[in-house]
Amino acid sequence: MELANIEKLLEKYLNAETTIAEEKKLKAYFSSDFVAPHLVEYQAMFGYFSTSKNERFTKTIQLKSQKRNWKWLSVAASLVLLVSVYTGYQKNQQKEAEKVYAETKQALDLLSTNLNKGTVAIAQLQHFEDTKNKIFKQP
Amino acid sequence: MKQSEFLKTVMPFKDKVFRLAKRLLVSTEEAEDATQELYFKLWRNKSKLKDYKSIEAFAMTMTKNYCFDRLKSKQASNLSLVHSNYQEKDTPLQRRMELNDSVSLVHKLIENLPEQQKLVIQLRDVEEYEFDEIAELLNLQPTAVRVTLSRARKTIREQLTKQHNYGVS
Repeated sequence: MELANIEKLLEKYLNAETTIAEEKKLKAYFSSDFVAPHLVEYQAMFGYFSTSKNERFTKTIQLKSQKRNWKWLSVAASLVLLVSVYTGYQKNQQKEAEKVYAETKQALDLLSTNLNKGTVAIAQLQHFEDTKNKIFKQP
Repeated sequence: MKQSEFLKTVMPFKDKVFRLAKRLLVSTEEAEDATQELYFKLWRNKSKLKDYKSIEAFAMTMTKNYCFDRLKSKQASNLSLVHSNYQEKDTPLQRRMELNDSVSLVHKLIENLPEQQKLVIQLRDVEEYEFDEIAELLNLQPTAVRVTLSRARKTIREQLTKQHNYGVS
């Protein structure tokens, strides 16, 4: 492309009046080796734009976030808590029952010893009765 | 929308999203994080995607907004590394060597532009969007886009000419 034309395009370019097609022409011109010496500063500019466009995003994009793991973790934690509270409650119930059982047993034991004391006394009374019958010779 | 279908619609412009994020956030790592986050957001809102005329334009607008939010929160945390903090440490020789590398010079010139001009330069001169698309993306009038773009291009050119003359003399 002739120089006059390029200069005109550059003027339009600076006023932001060029179309995309015209800007592509400018980019093509400045990427060639035949740039007029007085326009050399534009070469850096258009060269930079062209190289910038080649930059790529190289990492892989993850659509699942790590946040979901935290959510599952909290669900698991609450389950564990629930289970442990439940079993703890069960254990506690059992202990309570054992305690009541022991107390009842003790009370029953006490009752039975006292009852046995009663039978011994009655046995003595029976002895007394036998002796009395011997003496008075009842029919 | 199925995952494969989703990927087919959104993957073609992942580089554009990444480049826009990098233009605004500067660091590659942050741009990668932003891209990842953006695609995750798109995936979560996949049911709403078909309501949009152009998913690409929607994604670019989202990227822009997300990056602006990131920049705002970075400024708020006030741990930002300001250029002037370490510029003085450069030896003149080092600086001149960097500036002679004209491509990195253009990169720096764009970095110093206001956010809006950066965006317009990126969308027009790198990604080659039409003015109407840019106007819609940035929620501006097409004429305002032209004015911003013209300003940005003239600034870059002026700086380059200045640098060029300085190099020659």
